[in-house]
Amino acid sequence: MRRSLRAVLLGVLGVLLVAAVWDLYKAFGPEQGVLVGERVLILPRASDLAMPHTWEMVQRLFEPATGLRGAPTALEAVLEASGFTLSIAAKGWAIGVAVGLLLALLMSRFKLAESGLLPWVVLSQTVPLIAIAPLVRRWGAQIEFGSFTWENEHSVALIAAYLAFFPVAVGGLRGLKSPARTHVELMHTYGVGWWRTLITLRLPASVPFLLPALRLAAASAVIGSVVAEVSIGLRGGIGRMVVEYAQSAGGDPAKAWAPIFGAVAVGLVAAGAVGLLTLALRPFRLTETSR
Amino acid sequence: MTAVITAETTRRPRLRVKDLRLGAVLAPLAVGAAFLGGWQLAVDGLGIDPYIVPAPSAIWDQLVAGRSNIIDGMVVTGRNALIGMLLGGLVGVLGAVLSSVARVIDQMAVPLVAALSVVPIVALAPVLYTMFGAAVDTGRIVVAAVAVSIPVYLNTLRGLRQVSTVHRELMATYAATPTQVIRTVTLPTATPYVFTGLRIASSLAVISALIAEYFGGPVGGLGKAITSAAASSNYPLAWAYVTGSIVLGLAFYVVTLLVELWFARHAPPT
Amino acid sequence: MTLTDPVPHNGPDNGSDTGPDTGPDTGPNTGPNTGPNTGPPAVAAIEVVGVDRVFRRRRDEVVALSDVTVSVAAGEFVSLIGPSGCGKSTLLRLVADLDTPTSGTISVFGKTTRQARRDQDYGIAFQQAGLLPWRTVASNIELPLKLHGVGAAERRARSSELLELVGLQDFGRHHPDQLSGGMQQRVAIARALAESPRLLLMDEPFGALDEITRERMQNELVRICRETSAAVLFVTHSIPEAVFLSDRVVVMSPRPGRIVDIVKAGGAEMGTSHERTDEVRDAAGFFHTVAAVREHLHGVPVNGARGVESR
Repeated sequence: MRRSLRAVLLGVLGVLLVAAVWDLYKAFGPEQGVLVGERVLILPRASDLAMPHTWEMVQRLFEPATGLRGAPTALEAVLEASGFTLSIAAKGWAIGVAVGLLLALLMSRFKLAESGLLPWVVLSQTVPLIAIAPLVRRWGAQIEFGSFTWENEHSVALIAAYLAFFPVAVGGLRGLKSPARTHVELMHTYGVGWWRTLITLRLPASVPFLLPALRLAAASAVIGSVVAEVSIGLRGGIGRMVVEYAQSAGGDPAKAWAPIFGAVAVGLVAAGAVGLLTLALRPFRLTETSR
Repeated sequence: MTAVITAETTRRPRLRVKDLRLGAVLAPLAVGAAFLGGWQLAVDGLGIDPYIVPAPSAIWDQLVAGRSNIIDGMVVTGRNALIGMLLGGLVGVLGAVLSSVARVIDQMAVPLVAALSVVPIVALAPVLYTMFGAAVDTGRIVVAAVAVSIPVYLNTLRGLRQVSTVHRELMATYAATPTQVIRTVTLPTATPYVFTGLRIASSLAVISALIAEYFGGPVGGLGKAITSAAASSNYPLAWAYVTGSIVLGLAFYVVTLLVELWFARHAPPT
Repeated sequence: MTLTDPVPHNGPDNGSDTGPDTGPDTGPNTGPNTGPNTGPPAVAAIEVVGVDRVFRRRRDEVVALSDVTVSVAAGEFVSLIGPSGCGKSTLLRLVADLDTPTSGTISVFGKTTRQARRDQDYGIAFQQAGLLPWRTVASNIELPLKLHGVGAAERRARSSELLELVGLQDFGRHHPDQLSGGMQQRVAIARALAESPRLLLMDEPFGALDEITRERMQNELVRICRETSAAVLFVTHSIPEAVFLSDRVVVMSPRPGRIVDIVKAGGAEMGTSHERTDEVRDAAGFFHTVAAVREHLHGVPVNGARGVESR
């Protein structure tokens, strides 16, 4: 108990230290920043416009978000947008995890599938999503069956799934291939087929690989959602809020930081939620080797 | 008098080109060819508008026609990504060294590292342009550096903690000074991990540098080119630039992968 | 060659030392002389007196060693044998100054273990070879020399010499991952000999090897000890190995870790630890000593070697 308290206190101290460095630089740093050559800045401008005080950033959270009457505080607006983005990211995460697991299963079953697909899976992450997102929206607009129409939200969720499936596919494959040869051969001597081996051996063995992958997928889903929201311009999400508030940064620099904190909070909550799942699966993380 | 013991086997070294099975090389190429073929057929057969998705053949035409522009764009974005990767890698390694030496620093860094690992680069780009100015590339380089520093930090920290007990005790029996221990054991053990981190971060550096271009900064770079091509409704050209960015990301990945394999060539399998 | 067994729990000996031992050795120089000269007694290589080692973990207490007293003379080969948990590896680590006793004293060549470690008076070989995978074989052997400031030319000469000693002359430029387990262990032993120590500490170095390689390595070790005259403290699980290699075999038992008895391995048939050849493995004296050690390990008193006619 004392150790975790100490860890928390040190963490808080770390954050305060970063804030202190920020403000110290702001106090003593040059207004125009540190230049190399004519125009290249290697250290940022210390002006009020470029670097608001850390306490101003916090303070701004509790002031009204816009100039309209009855406007919520920036904090409330950020929280609402964060929740919206979180829900989309969660859907995207679920889809990404499902697709990733399916791919991992396919690739572990057929060596040819692994050779053929894995390089493309890795390559898929080099595609800049910010360029793809509008295309996804366009494609989705073509889809209409029954009462289901493709909303912008769905495009965002799909982009989130695109980023989330990669760690799950790669981590899942590694995990499914992880059992030692002796264990696999033991199953073989029991006359157990591929499916039963999967359930009794490979899936439990893959848990230590899947759990960090799921956590990473959660963070990736959030990042993907935010990027897609910016690209598509989805109303109500934290991504669009980042762009909107940044546009008014000329007069209100501290405001631009509020949605950034919001986006970070969403990512941390998502990763933390999956981390809690880790605790539930603790027995599967034990290994055979004794210490 | 010596005793020569013959007929003991030695193990073959790791990855060699001739060990790669033909299937492992052909299969992905076959999948890629099938995908492109299917795409081309779908566009021609169903008569899809280039507004929705252009045919691979149209993209290829634009690639060939505009190749010098595309290469220029790749050079600009690639340069930013490379500098960012080197800077971020350096910061990541130094941070990990500090954290491995002092537990206090490690615990203080936890929230910062966690926050940076989830922050969408997109969100940082606007404020970084205000901080570093929109007329130069510095903001883009900083974005890439931030993105790279986290995987390198985490992997390097892991590597610094991988020194095996037997090596540590061996150094103790030699009464080695701490500096000697670091130079002979800790650093060589950690080095493959540093390059693993760089490999993981490599395509991230390219993507981050590219995304940052969407938010401003000087003309030049693939991101800018994609937006302007899309704005003038020349979708095949936009896709051609996207292809350029994929090639750039792949190049970064392959180079860092080769470097990682070289440094890990004698390491025991993890 | 007599088959009578006058002494209850030692192997047959020809009376070259002070008579039957009835308990753990105490004091220096009670081992047999292994060299031709019998000048003034040399300082004992290792002197362990009344050592306890208790591991305290939250609420449990594990007594790894309890009142252990034993000594190893200069040039003597002593094995520690016993079931898991008897503290033999713990004792070796205490001598190597990788751990500190809870009570009691240990001295190596008359110094404290810390001083002996600082003065590099011993070489050590662990159960895992522990070679640095990014260095070549020769570079691994040179490691202690490099750390202690020996010049490059001298290092290279010494590592070639040692490679020849362990029979790996052609493998100097290889990397550990290209070598089999047995070869890696030989490199580890060569490394342990790099600074020509007067004392070798070995913790089950042949544990991971197959029987055939093991016997080969045992022969090598006998030859090396003969050529270097080093004292050796050797931890093992294998009774034949302990008897084959040693002048004396220290039998230990667990819970708490303590010395049960010390069996002398020597005599006319077996010779000193420097004179062991493959023929010794078939000698009756060898089997008698193995039986004696086994009886102590099983806790049953010896009434004479069984299966052998006594007249």
